[in-house]
Amino acid sequence: MSVFDGLKFRRVYSPIHNLDPRMKFVYVCAVFAAAILFGTVMPLAALFLMQIPFVLLARVQKQWLRSLRGALFLAAFIFFINVGTTFFTNGYVLTAVNVESAFAMTLRFVVLVESFSVFFLTTSPDHLGLALEQSRVPYEFSFAFTTAVRFVPVLAEEAQTIMDAQKARGLELEKGNFMKRIRNYVPVLIPLIVSAIRRSLELAEAMESRAWGATKERTNLYALKLHRGDFALLALTIGVLALTVYVYLFVHIPLISQLLGFA
Amino acid sequence: MLTVENVHFSYPSGVEALKGISLTVKDGEFVAIMGQNGAGKTTLVKHFNGLLKPTSGKVRVDEVETTKTSVATLARTVGFVFQNPDHQLFSETVEEEIAFALKNFGYQAEAIENRVTWAVNLLGLSQYRKTSPFMLSGGERKRVALASVLAWDPKILILDEPTIGQDHRQKENLRQFIMQMQTQGKTIVIVTHDVEFVAECNPRVVLMREGKIVADGEGKEILTNPEALEQSSIVLPQVAQIFTHLSARGLPKNVIDIYEAKMLLLKVLEKRQI
Repeated sequence: MSVFDGLKFRRVYSPIHNLDPRMKFVYVCAVFAAAILFGTVMPLAALFLMQIPFVLLARVQKQWLRSLRGALFLAAFIFFINVGTTFFTNGYVLTAVNVESAFAMTLRFVVLVESFSVFFLTTSPDHLGLALEQSRVPYEFSFAFTTAVRFVPVLAEEAQTIMDAQKARGLELEKGNFMKRIRNYVPVLIPLIVSAIRRSLELAEAMESRAWGATKERTNLYALKLHRGDFALLALTIGVLALTVYVYLFVHIPLISQLLGFA
Repeated sequence: MLTVENVHFSYPSGVEALKGISLTVKDGEFVAIMGQNGAGKTTLVKHFNGLLKPTSGKVRVDEVETTKTSVATLARTVGFVFQNPDHQLFSETVEEEIAFALKNFGYQAEAIENRVTWAVNLLGLSQYRKTSPFMLSGGERKRVALASVLAWDPKILILDEPTIGQDHRQKENLRQFIMQMQTQGKTIVIVTHDVEFVAECNPRVVLMREGKIVADGEGKEILTNPEALEQSSIVLPQVAQIFTHLSARGLPKNVIDIYEAKMLLLKVLEKRQI
């Protein structure tokens, strides 16, 4: 469940936490776009390194590292699938270029996870809801979204308890072949789903008993306003996008293996 | 026998939940671990079947260190019933639910059948054998969870908050049941807030506070010690409260058993009549 740790928000104050979630979201989208646009190691590595100052400024490096460690398995999976497919389709030859492109795909995934994790680590669910509401998303949707985000850590904790309860009855999750291992999770998933449904019904009742949706025009105690930092981030976002487009169109980025003389 | 030697435990988040716990539970003992929320009670008992491994220190079950073996192996000796039955029920019928652990432990079909029958009879669930556990009431689900652990007859039984959500009659059944297990020589550890329930059972009481054991001894002594209980946000059992107020009249303070209280009070009353 360590992947979820990287999405768990903790209330701390830092310049990054105080940024407007809308701006942060636009920035993350820009990074996403750039990561998808580039398919080589060097620009992706630059994108990867670019997030690190944010992490340090927000002082969430511990949780951030944990989420990256959680993504390690999938990253390795992506790497080996990429290497494997090129290996078999190229007639059983493995070139430095192939390995590098597999590594680039993996790095792209890591960049996506990384920026997503920074966003969630530094944005409170309340802020996120506010941002959605102020972006004219109907309240029902923004509420559903924030509730879902808020339940992720709760569900992760519950999944851990359920796993413990089943292990105490002799369930061995890591035992057997691939199919057997998937089946091992049935005794964990069923209680988890049942309790999630039960919880949502309870939540619906609690909301109705507190007159949810009684007023059409909602007002908020706090309203999001753009500050100087937000404009700086916006400038950075535009810069990243402009640079991305420029480099993509006009600059030829050599492969590392070419520079090293392998290809 | 359970031995805990100077155990410290920190969660990955960095919270230190256990700060140097040492405890020995002998075979056949009945121990209640009490303390306020977050005192580390559940964290401690999760060490008994290896679900959690100590950050430092040692936990041994019958001389086997929990770090050197798997939860599945330990579970055969240490049965652990979780607080919320909904965290474990998943089968289509009650009997499949009870058979789940037996299958995991590799019992033969015939033995499984016998043990399931034994367990449903023991907990009065025989009419629900073919019912889905999700259709049962809260108390019944709790009993199914208990049956599913008892089915393999573990030597040591850990019950986490067994009285939560149970009405008085079910609590009485549970108490009878624990007593019966004890006469069969089982070791029983319960984690609970329910001071009246503990007073009625009168086990050994281990009081925890902020990851440490603050008191350990006979229920009669601990549950009548207002200072120790105060620290753990537990109130005295009602009988003990009355006897604390009556101590100025020459009655003993350390009374928690209703029958004992009645006899002591009768003696005083009879003296008066003469």
